[in-house]
Amino acid sequence: MCLGVPGKIIEIDDSKALKMAKVDFGGIVREACLEYVPEAQIGDYTVIHVGFAISILSEEDALASLAALKEIVDLEDELGIGYSGKSADL
Amino acid sequence: MKYVTEYRDAELVRGVIDEIANTVTRDWTLMEICGGQTHAIVRHGIDQLLPDEIELVHGPGCPVCVTPLEQIDRALAIAAKPDVIFCSYGDMLRVPGSVDDLFSIRANGGDVRVIYSPLDAVNIAKENPDKEVVFFAIGFETTAPANVMSVLSAEMMGLKNYSIIVSHVRVPPALHVILGSPHNRVQGFLLAGHVCAVMGYWEYPEIAKQYDIPMAITGFEPLDIVQGILANVKQLEAGRVDIENSYPRAVTFDGNKAAQKAIEKVFRECDRKWRGIGTIPMSGWELRLEYDAFNAEKRFDVGEIKTDESPLCIAGEILQGLKKPNDCSAFGKECTPENPLGATMVSTEGACAAYYKYGRG
Ligand code: SF4
Repeated sequence: MCLGVPGKIIEIDDSKALKMAKVDFGGIVREACLEYVPEAQIGDYTVIHVGFAISILSEEDALASLAALKEIVDLEDELGIGYSGKSADL
Repeated sequence: MKYVTEYRDAELVRGVIDEIANTVTRDWTLMEICGGQTHAIVRHGIDQLLPDEIELVHGPGCPVCVTPLEQIDRALAIAAKPDVIFCSYGDMLRVPGSVDDLFSIRANGGDVRVIYSPLDAVNIAKENPDKEVVFFAIGFETTAPANVMSVLSAEMMGLKNYSIIVSHVRVPPALHVILGSPHNRVQGFLLAGHVCAVMGYWEYPEIAKQYDIPMAITGFEPLDIVQGILANVKQLEAGRVDIENSYPRAVTFDGNKAAQKAIEKVFRECDRKWRGIGTIPMSGWELRLEYDAFNAEKRFDVGEIKTDESPLCIAGEILQGLKKPNDCSAFGKECTPENPLGATMVSTEGACAAYYKYGRG
């Protein structure tokens, strides 16, 4: 219930009492309500919970945190301090 | 940017786990609040990849698990009424009440429907004016915006046959219970990312300060989770206490103001009983008096509810991080997903279900 999957807004319908959208979750398209993210645009990625968008994902923040993590990991490789006691099998 | 694959990059996850291992110098116990995170951790084997110094205990963030038994029994009694269409999130169907579950009500002719969104229940009410449509509105802060919008929307449509059983709970009061316990072992928290997407994280600095405990707002993909763990470990090792936002792409300090406003309009805070834990003051939401017409508990008289909880179930202790599912003597024996003694064994966010499914017995 709290997992909330990110999906891409592909269509917005403003004509009814509640602002609705079609959201694409990697090929599966479902309806979602946009009342809580009125600023949402087609093409935005949003977190959907039980049919409601609760947050629009920020690409800028996403790229910045990925870059910061990559930097930590690269630095480790360079200094040769990688710990590999257990192997990841994801 | 697809926001999923990037956060499942095994090499990057491994790199962050290396960094955790290089940072840690002593034992630390961390708790992930959210049951969705518990499942992600166990499914991806993150608990097994972490250095031995880090122990993860599992928090109360499983809405189905903490919904009190009397509320489930009340829901079952309403669902069994002949002119009721009972709508619920799918997770609730197999949760054992004192004698029944929603599945058996349905098998005995009750009209029980699984819905994806509470707006579906409102539509069912619109299409069935001669029936009473009741929705079991459970959850934490994440589902509250959706559940209150169903009420606002039913009000807008002038529906007289829609009502909800509210069993809403909030995270911050539960943190006080966990941290205030003399038996508490938790030294750092992975805060539930989507609870914070709705509520922001302005409620947490005070709690962190009061109990001197670091926290990191954490997402749901493997990379998010290890990032949240790293943020906790760095603070603990440095003796720092902060709230770090390790999920900035979805969470801001203020959260979703429009959602908070709608919740505030329809709900008010109330004392709430948590299954296995007990009553936590001001830990829940209930309908405001103005929305009494939508209150199923007032609309249907189901008499006195007498509950019968399994004496073997220790889910309450598990949900507070005091024990783990495999500490339960019934785990995998008297209690299995086919024959559950507690909700924690059947919820997709329950720790016992995760341990059972991924073989952590
Ligand atoms: S294994 Fe079953 S009986 Fe034991 S705590 Fe979990 S849900 Fe309760």
